[in-house]
Amino acid sequence: MPDQFLYAVEVMINGLMAGVLYALVALGFVLIFKASGIFNYAQGVLALFAALTLVGLQKGQIPFAHLINAAFGTKVHYFGWTMPTFLAIALTIVVMILLAIAIERFILKHLVNQEPIILFMATIGLAYFLEGLGDVMWGADVKTLDVGLPQGASEWVEEASAVLGGDGFYGFFIDKLDIVAALVAAVLVITLTIFSQYSKQGRALRAVADDHQAALSVGISLRFIWVLVWSIAGIVALVAGIMWGAKSGVQFSLSLIALKALPVLMLGGFTSIPGAIVGGLIIGVGEKLFEFTIGSMIGGATENWFAYVLALVFLVFRPQGLFGEKIIERV
Amino acid sequence: MFYREAGDFKTSYRDDSQTFPIRFDRYRYYAVLVVALAVVPFFIDSYWANALLVPFLIYAIAAIGLNILTGYCGQVSLGTGGFMAVGAYACYKLMTAFPDVNIVLHIIAAGGITAAVGVLFGLPSLRIKGFYLAVATLAAQFFLVWLFNKVPWFYNYSASGQISAPERTVFGIAVTGPNTEAWAKYLVCLLFVVVLAWVARNLTRGSIGRSWMAIRDMDIAAEIIGVNPLKAKLTAFAVSSFYIGIAGALFFAVYLGAVEVGEAFGIQKSFLILFMIIIGGLGSIFGSFAGAAFLVLLPVLLKNVLVGTLGWPTDLAAHIELMIVGALIIVFLIAEPHGIAQLWRIAKEKLRLWPFPH
Repeated sequence: MPDQFLYAVEVMINGLMAGVLYALVALGFVLIFKASGIFNYAQGVLALFAALTLVGLQKGQIPFAHLINAAFGTKVHYFGWTMPTFLAIALTIVVMILLAIAIERFILKHLVNQEPIILFMATIGLAYFLEGLGDVMWGADVKTLDVGLPQGASEWVEEASAVLGGDGFYGFFIDKLDIVAALVAAVLVITLTIFSQYSKQGRALRAVADDHQAALSVGISLRFIWVLVWSIAGIVALVAGIMWGAKSGVQFSLSLIALKALPVLMLGGFTSIPGAIVGGLIIGVGEKLFEFTIGSMIGGATENWFAYVLALVFLVFRPQGLFGEKIIERV
Repeated sequence: MFYREAGDFKTSYRDDSQTFPIRFDRYRYYAVLVVALAVVPFFIDSYWANALLVPFLIYAIAAIGLNILTGYCGQVSLGTGGFMAVGAYACYKLMTAFPDVNIVLHIIAAGGITAAVGVLFGLPSLRIKGFYLAVATLAAQFFLVWLFNKVPWFYNYSASGQISAPERTVFGIAVTGPNTEAWAKYLVCLLFVVVLAWVARNLTRGSIGRSWMAIRDMDIAAEIIGVNPLKAKLTAFAVSSFYIGIAGALFFAVYLGAVEVGEAFGIQKSFLILFMIIIGGLGSIFGSFAGAAFLVLLPVLLKNVLVGTLGWPTDLAAHIELMIVGALIIVFLIAEPHGIAQLWRIAKEKLRLWPFPH
């Protein structure tokens, strides 16, 4: 096989892996959108916040140390322990659940029956708040996240694929972390699907997604479902945060990368979990291939906008996305 | 007591439908204009102009522009920063290509170019709506910023990739470039604001404004009663982008003098202006001013309190500012979804009955 083609394949596989990460963020969006009709802009910041909390707990940082130091003139930074990864993750999940309860208690409860666009803007406000909170709590410097995931090139894939090319070809370069991410994403999607299909709470969740009023009338607590779904979204955000954080460090750009989940959703449709996955893969592969083939000719860094333009063009032809339900409008 | 219609007889239709039906409001409006035009320029210094008044005026124009699109026509846009960049770069190219033409004409032409770009990116709005459209406008935001970053023609092949405004004069007085006096900056922006706000107010209460609002309230119903959605949506995009383009041109040429596109017109700017109209009040010209004033004042105030008085580090203050802005937006959406403008309206209603409420 010609080398050029093999390089394109390698780019494509790496794109798939990046797409998995987009899909992970998009998954959180879909869950919340299905259960409450809220377009949760803050999902990306949730991922950032979760990752920051995880690193902070792991390294034994004192929350709000910066603020305390500034207000009282003290010099505290660390508790002086290193928490085991497992415990830190468990505690972070607790934090995310508490956060979900707080969000329901202080924001969503007061905005029931508002227009979707008002709720969307409220989540933008939430995103700003959480971003500020994360920075004030744990500091704004770039942090490295190490939860013991394997990293570096996977020799096995490299050796196995080297036979495909000629002398100048050394096999596909694929980060082990990407493979782990893909596996984790697969497990997550399967778990979520099983949960929503077979468990009692999952069925309640789908009932709420279908019709709020009808769900209320058969005795499903809307508020509990919202807390539940925001907690799940928080946990999905934590997984996405761990993956992104291990890949490129925990920093503010995490929430910007997560913005790319939006075009992913537009491609896949807002209400479809498989749509989120497929949309993520299309965007991931599309932007890497575009950068590889055309991007380098027109100045590079096309990854910044390609996903959005693709979604824009796509939407003009199919406004409900690939897997979305058909939009029916009535006066 | 002094704030009521009693005794103010309207004898023509024109009188009856004026913007300020209450006499006190009318005089207050003239008084504000006189103070802003004839008093402030004599007392303004460079700190007041650069930290507060000039950014306030420019953001007010941008907020009016976005309010026309989002507040009046109901099309949420997150591409404001990108459109401001179009205005800035169009202005820069015109300034350098035609140095003899008056800068005011350049700024207006920059608005026109932005309007054309806005219509182009507004085309998908005919097919998609709501937050689908909001995300689609992100395409404009990221694509435009990338374009101005990567195509050297736009920044005249300068080595730094920045654009910087050469000195241009109006009636022999420098209004752009490093030698501009504070009052000249202020007056140029103020004149644009006064004219544009007046135009916006009259557009929004005329037939075109009513067709925008019909589209906003329910587009299918509007279409059935004979509002052309193509015309209404695209004019909203054009007018809105015109305002935002002028704001971008002023922001670059008069306020900053030199900009780097990613920094000055990034996604943060889009959100900032969206927040201005949410906090100020969707669908209100006064709200655009109130929101712009609020979000220009807040950081200055917080910085003075946290850094100046308490002596906290600047980065901490910046993060706390993020938290406060985010919390405020949520609080406003919960307590008063129509923003400061609605509070103002309620206050006026109360004032009319004061001091004898029934």
